[in-house]
Amino acid sequence: MFFGRATAAFEGARQKIRAFINAPEAREVIFTRNATEGLNLVAYAWGLSNLGPGDVVLVTELEHHSNFVPWQYIAKRTGAAFQMIPLDENGELDLATLDALEHTGDIKVVATGLVSNALGTINPVQRLGAWAHERGAIIVVDAAQAAPHRKLDVQALGCDFLAFSAHKMCGPSGVGALWGRAELLEAMEPFNLGGHMIRKVEFEETTWGDLPHKFEAGTSPIAEAVGFGAAIDYLDAVGLDAIEQHEHELAGYALTLLGELPWIELYGPPPERRAGIVSFNVTGIHPHDVAQVLDFEGIAIRAGHHCCQPLMRKLGVAATNRASFYLYTIPEEIDRLVAGLHRVKTSLG
Amino acid sequence: MGEFDQLYREVILDHYKNPRNHGLLEPADAHAEGQNPLCGDEISVSVRLGEGDVIEEVGFDGRGCAISQAATSMLSDLVKGKTAEEVAVMPKEALLDELGIPLTPVRLKCAILGLGVLKLALHKARGTPLPEEWGTSSRDLVLE
Repeated sequence: MFFGRATAAFEGARQKIRAFINAPEAREVIFTRNATEGLNLVAYAWGLSNLGPGDVVLVTELEHHSNFVPWQYIAKRTGAAFQMIPLDENGELDLATLDALEHTGDIKVVATGLVSNALGTINPVQRLGAWAHERGAIIVVDAAQAAPHRKLDVQALGCDFLAFSAHKMCGPSGVGALWGRAELLEAMEPFNLGGHMIRKVEFEETTWGDLPHKFEAGTSPIAEAVGFGAAIDYLDAVGLDAIEQHEHELAGYALTLLGELPWIELYGPPPERRAGIVSFNVTGIHPHDVAQVLDFEGIAIRAGHHCCQPLMRKLGVAATNRASFYLYTIPEEIDRLVAGLHRVKTSLG
Repeated sequence: MGEFDQLYREVILDHYKNPRNHGLLEPADAHAEGQNPLCGDEISVSVRLGEGDVIEEVGFDGRGCAISQAATSMLSDLVKGKTAEEVAVMPKEALLDELGIPLTPVRLKCAILGLGVLKLALHKARGTPLPEEWGTSSRDLVLE
């Protein structure tokens, strides 16, 4: 019974994801290609039927393009206004602006990341969710940068949708998950249409299948989903709290060392409100050169705009360097990063 | 030779730290700007032409990585004395040979940004269409 084994493994992965984010029901967990597809699913399937002129879609200046561009696009298509919660000097959301933003129309959606991929900022999602719900709006959370690094609980967060990707969690690429509140998912139109997502197809009309199948048209990435489940087993065995603590210590260590170098500009909030990400620039040296020289030293960082061009504009830079830490990073590697940056400075400065 | 010295050859570092022909010319016979949206490199180029459309002076300004800035500096020396017509069809290999460094596809775009902008300036001044490889619809370079 290969078919039975595949289905059991696939649905078993769904159960693991449900438990991983403390979702009430497994049918609320939709398999997607990645977080981006999950966020597009909400923007299209919820947004096209629920947004119109006079409504406001609110994103943040910190957003990854994946939770920014779909909303900008759907707002334009539906005639809704598109607004942005700005950042303060620390790279944290300036919630004092919410009052003014409320006067721009009916707030219908707040779309925010839980952890910023570019600065590591941990956003006050609970508070934003409560604010959104008081106004009858939904809150859509991009958890791609949070899921690998800290415990997730969609009920405690009080969100309506939450999306993440397996490939950032030691899992395979090509699979992600979208969680949504059942009542919202049930009321929504489908996103992709075709096989598997139907109840009955007739020439005159087609009716949709039950959750989660209504949103899983076509053959799912079965092997990848099972791999996703295995990654969750692995992370659970290590413990998300232990991972978070480990990264927190590494980020604090890196910020202390880099903060002592006057030729390094650091971006983002203080360590207590950031995940294991340190974004910086070396004065006068382009991030691509920094990353290239570090690469020669065996240190991999990311250099670029991190799919956050509105944020780069706010920071007044074309790009930044980003060192990110995970469960396998050790303090000695941060020492090597600092030594490598000295090499960058002496050779290119 | 180490990897660092292969890419950041002495001559590259020299052009990066002491760019030749830096600063835009005013007035100029040809001018264009361009950027690489993936990494934010920006280059502006201006050119003064003499008799027979010979390139007499080149001035450039920009910001970006060492490769893009050094390559544009070397290019500005390389094209002086050549005709606009020659440079407008100059293959990128002519510049890459001069650079003489191993380039990944990503860094290749850094290296040829200045050449693309210079060609655009010359084609604009001559009223000839830009070759397809430098088309403004390319996602790699935005030439204005």
